[in-house]
Amino acid sequence: MIWLAAALVAFTLGAALAVLLFDNLLAAVAAASVVSLGVSLMFVMLQAPDVAMTEAAVGAGLSSLILALALRRLGLVNLDLKADGGDSDA
Amino acid sequence: MRSLATVLFLGGLVFLLAVLTETLSFGNPPMLVGDAIQRTAVNDVGAANLVTAVVLGYRGLDTLGELSILFAAATAGGLVLGAARAGSRQRPGGFILCAGADLLFPLLLVVGLYIVMHGHLTPGGGFQGGVVLAAAFFLPLLARPTETLSHTWLSVVEGMAGTAFIAIGMLALFRGEAFLAPLFDKGVFGELVSSGSLPLLYLAVGLKVGSELASLLSRLASDDEMTS
Repeated sequence: MIWLAAALVAFTLGAALAVLLFDNLLAAVAAASVVSLGVSLMFVMLQAPDVAMTEAAVGAGLSSLILALALRRLGLVNLDLKADGGDSDA
Repeated sequence: MRSLATVLFLGGLVFLLAVLTETLSFGNPPMLVGDAIQRTAVNDVGAANLVTAVVLGYRGLDTLGELSILFAAATAGGLVLGAARAGSRQRPGGFILCAGADLLFPLLLVVGLYIVMHGHLTPGGGFQGGVVLAAAFFLPLLARPTETLSHTWLSVVEGMAGTAFIAIGMLALFRGEAFLAPLFDKGVFGELVSSGSLPLLYLAVGLKVGSELASLLSRLASDDEMTS
């Protein structure tokens, strides 16, 4: 059980790191959704199914959907931060 | 200057955490309310899911506050995003997206309604089920951007659900009990029709949350002149 929890924590932390490191903003949003998925699995392991359902529905589903739609509305979906030359303020 | 502020902020955060961990003994909660509720909730409210007993039975007013915050947020979002326009210029999704949306729509509808209706028995409830319902109604929109949800119907459903929630609370007032106190017969513990007015309250919450979020998502997905 402890190894499962450790693997889950490593997976979630890796996804959180990926949010910072990805150059494509849409990929970063997807990685943030994976972070929420890992956190909701942790809630299941802590025997809090109510919170886990909320986290999965709102954190992994709805909030990443809203972020992705906001990116599309702002025209940032296909923006690659690396192509901007490094000193962009995005 | 900014890094100094960051270091100061981090130091303050670490200090606060240290104080908290120093004063609270681990695994020994100082709150006694949890134990008391676990002892009395089954006889008081009759809900098999203790979380629902707390959310709607003991702390119904907090849930009403949560609903009004969500309502204010959705209203402000709709105000900023503007009205959804019919006749989008986006091209429709491919065959797989359309077929997947058609397949998932009834499935998500059943799952969402199940979560809402069984909120007093199993984990979940109006908020979680409402989000699933909103996703169910948004998915066909994602596949066929030219169609729009009827915002008139969504507002009607949302308004009726909010009114029903408050009306059930007022009904308890007229019966001489506290606002939003559980009403009606508690029924058999663990049955679908049990624990009085709690399933009705959660149905109202689920419909309200679902219609609010579906209208917010469809507004957000509709394109405006900025994107073209």
